[in-house]
Amino acid sequence: MSKVEVVMPQLGESLTEGTIIKWHKKPGDKVKKDETLLEISTDKVDSEIPSPASGVVTSLLFEEQKTVAVRTVIAEIDTDESAAVVSESPKPAAAAPSREAPKPAAQVMKPASSVQQAPMPQPAPAAGRFYSPLVLNIAREEGISMSELERLPGSGEGGRVSKKDILAYVDRKKTGAPETAQPPMPAMAPSLPSGPPAPRIESTLKHIDTGDLAKKYPSPQYEILQMSNLIQKMADHMVRSKQTSPHVYEVHEVDMTRVDAVRRRNAETFEKREGFKLTYMPFICDAVVNALKQYPIVNSQIEADKIIVKKFVNLGIAVATENGLIVPVIKNADEKNFTGLARAVNDLAVRARSKRLSLADIEGGSFTITNYGGFGAMIGTPIINQPQVAILGIGTIKKRPVVINDAIAIRSISYFTLSFDHRIVDGALGGSFLSSVVHQLEEIDEKRVV
Amino acid sequence: MPKTLTYLEAISEGLREEMRRDGTVFLLGEDIGTYGGAFKVTKGFTEEFGQDRVIDTVLAEAAIVGAATGAAIAGMRPVAEMQFADFVTNGFNQLVNITAKYHYRNFIPVPLVVRLPSGGGIHGGPFHSTNPEAWFFHTPGLKIVAPSTPYDAKGLIKSAIRDPNPVLYFEHKYLYRHAKAEVPDDEYLVPIGKADVKRGGSDIAVITYGTGVHWALEAAETVAKEGVEVEVVDLRSLMPFDKEAILTSVKKTGKVLILHEDTLTGGIGGEIAAFISENAFEYLDAPIKRVASPDTPVPYAPTLEEYFLPNTKKVLEALRKLATY
Repeated sequence: MSKVEVVMPQLGESLTEGTIIKWHKKPGDKVKKDETLLEISTDKVDSEIPSPASGVVTSLLFEEQKTVAVRTVIAEIDTDESAAVVSESPKPAAAAPSREAPKPAAQVMKPASSVQQAPMPQPAPAAGRFYSPLVLNIAREEGISMSELERLPGSGEGGRVSKKDILAYVDRKKTGAPETAQPPMPAMAPSLPSGPPAPRIESTLKHIDTGDLAKKYPSPQYEILQMSNLIQKMADHMVRSKQTSPHVYEVHEVDMTRVDAVRRRNAETFEKREGFKLTYMPFICDAVVNALKQYPIVNSQIEADKIIVKKFVNLGIAVATENGLIVPVIKNADEKNFTGLARAVNDLAVRARSKRLSLADIEGGSFTITNYGGFGAMIGTPIINQPQVAILGIGTIKKRPVVINDAIAIRSISYFTLSFDHRIVDGALGGSFLSSVVHQLEEIDEKRVV
Repeated sequence: MPKTLTYLEAISEGLREEMRRDGTVFLLGEDIGTYGGAFKVTKGFTEEFGQDRVIDTVLAEAAIVGAATGAAIAGMRPVAEMQFADFVTNGFNQLVNITAKYHYRNFIPVPLVVRLPSGGGIHGGPFHSTNPEAWFFHTPGLKIVAPSTPYDAKGLIKSAIRDPNPVLYFEHKYLYRHAKAEVPDDEYLVPIGKADVKRGGSDIAVITYGTGVHWALEAAETVAKEGVEVEVVDLRSLMPFDKEAILTSVKKTGKVLILHEDTLTGGIGGEIAAFISENAFEYLDAPIKRVASPDTPVPYAPTLEEYFLPNTKKVLEALRKLATY
């Protein structure tokens, strides 16, 4: 019998334990590779954990609601029945267990005595596996996505994917030979903000083999690309959000002329002092934080029939990166002054684009701003970042003729869209909130020094 | 008809050919005349070229380098011998402050060659075994060559003599009589600044020079039986070093071992490693590794010296580590 051990994955660098929320399988159940085996929760993120292999679940070693140290073996799967699927790969990386991990007796539902001591074994190849510059370079040139890479077994030190491994994979792909890819490392998966669990909906994305598709969409007329993890998460999250929240949109015109004046007047000294350019973004963040304090329901979330109002503002800022959309979060934005906000915006944007964000940077948001104006959009209708209840979209700032005191003037105009969850935010509240943001920006003290 | 020469004989032959070809070429150094040199590189030279062109000097390297520099400025092509490379420290000021900067300051070339018998493995102890090339590697204005084979030794001494710049010619004492190979009869030159791939391979590049070439080739044979193909790049010239050849091999293999007999810290390997990571980072599949001597003086006791020097076994270990990384 060939046995695969399933371990508690490490879903973030600093995490040492996770709680088993729900087992999707009982001992004796058949499970397919990549099928959801269980759901776990950590203080950072909830996640569905896919089965690392196909086979029969032989034992579940912990009850639901138990908290277990990372890398502890939590279940065992007998893969004999489907040895072909698991193929020759020695041991799925996601399940690479630590030999020293405490192995509870193979009893079903062993009542674990709270938290086990986390053993500190070899760096698990699963979580945050290192890829050499060369391997990433080859992956880029050959169009291999991160999620594909994460499934690739490595023959190098500590399971590292070596040049040979990736070149062999490229070869196999080209010749159409069966791949020995493994289920994705759960550790790499969660990239969109989370919070207390949103209503769970089955993933809208089903896995499909390229082989079948290739017949339907033959090359070279078609090209089949693997969705990256980030894109898959985005897809799911967007569908989920639209299904969860009845979206309503309000658009307000914003005269940014004064903000622009303040920005221009301070630009040079600011850049000299801070080392980066002064943008509109900190002005908008500042106004949003104040408005959220004024209308706290906009800074809340829904849990069953309760409204959870947050006493802090964690401001998410959508950033476009070459890999896709990511929403880093300014933690406790309500405790920062203008310069602090400007620094935080700059820091997150720089780190997002250079891929140096940690899981902690992209979670726990309470409200989100998305600035699609940078791409020329005048008005957008953004989708709410669950479990938040509103999102503010910023349109491009453009000079337009407007009427002021019955005279036509040239002003810098933008259109802000507030998308809000009409389950708890109605037009009056949404409108008041957005008006407050607009008012602060339009009435900013022109002599303000930042 | 190619003939078999030792490394030492190849240097002698190169010197002799250049002295016959060009009357401005002359030699100076300690005991190089009547005695024929401490290692007999210039044995028989006085008989052929006379005392005016094979000059025995006082035991003063500053005077040797200074006099040779002056002669070079005046239009001669002197070849100055340090009896041991270690002793060049006495001529350091002349070389670094005068010779290296002269053309920069006065637009007058200094076509000087300094021969430096270097390296260990001969139980010479801390004053007769060092590899001091790194000091000069850091000095703009000097060229440095370090051949590993009789062929390169002859070709490079001839190129060094013909070069309009000061050239430090590091000749390895261990290789003097250990390295033997066929050398063509016809005249040839080995260009300064060009590396030579002594063995082709696709898995790991060893970048080395001097004795390192021999260790690398031997180790490469062993790991080849284990399925690892090692490319051995013999730099031959250290300044300028062949950047193109290095990048080509790094891009081909993705894994790099830099190997030299000189001590590790501040050795030439550090600069090569920096150059690679600046220019070929995205081609690296493993950290750049170095094998060199530890940062201590060269021990006198043979067992300690053996422990101190890099060798085929140490190179093998490093190669296997890189192969499995």
